[in-house]
Amino acid sequence: MSYTAAALLGALVAVLLDLFVLKVQLVRRAVFWATYPIIITFQLLSNGFLTGRNIVMYDPGAILGLRIAYAPVEDLIFGFALVLLTLDLWVWWGRRGVQRTPAAGDGSRLLSRINAGKIKAGQNKTGKIKTGKIKR
Amino acid sequence: MRHLSYLLVLAGCFGAAIWLEPILRVNVLRRWRRLLLTVVPVVLVFVLWDLAAIAAGHWHFDPAQTTGVVFPGGLPLDEVLFFVVVPVCAILGFEAVRAVLRRPAGDEPAGDGSAGGG
Repeated sequence: MSYTAAALLGALVAVLLDLFVLKVQLVRRAVFWATYPIIITFQLLSNGFLTGRNIVMYDPGAILGLRIAYAPVEDLIFGFALVLLTLDLWVWWGRRGVQRTPAAGDGSRLLSRINAGKIKAGQNKTGKIKTGKIKR
Repeated sequence: MRHLSYLLVLAGCFGAAIWLEPILRVNVLRRWRRLLLTVVPVVLVFVLWDLAAIAAGHWHFDPAQTTGVVFPGGLPLDEVLFFVVVPVCAILGFEAVRAVLRRPAGDEPAGDGSAGGG
């Protein structure tokens, strides 16, 4: 099997786990797709270093040859599988009640300042404090 | 110094994300049991993938730019650490985004957190 096929298979397995086995369904959530551009930026940077400086080298016969910032495009698919599986397991354990708290942002002064700003902005627009509804 | 190249890339990744723990209080390292339960299976799965890829000749590593500590199957320690550092950074980023955007991920306690938190 080529790296191309292995990467596609890995990503497919990760998505199937996400949707049907772990049923975390992160690929259907805004928070996942809001996070992914940040992750992919850092992935391109670090992957670019690893491949551009020949720390990791690839068999030309195992990849398509299409490269983004030095890294074979297969690495992006490999990275997607790695990140999706990771975040799925993290949320899955949370759903099972493992250390849901302290939640992200609990105790952050910076974050309460950001959110105070958000509420203020909401007040200015609507005249009252917005009550956050659950959004997907 | 050159044999630390791979580790320096990992240190860069880690440095780019770890500030989220004290500054945004994402509380990922504080929830270390959940973190371990997540990262250990990921390391296992991807180390197996890596071993298979090395055996198939998909990729190889420059011995001059890695620590020189190599596990059976030709897997450098550096590469194993990659599968620890990248997941930890991904979770730090994910928790930071959800804390700022206040969007649910599906593991919120019932009637708490983002449900009423406006």
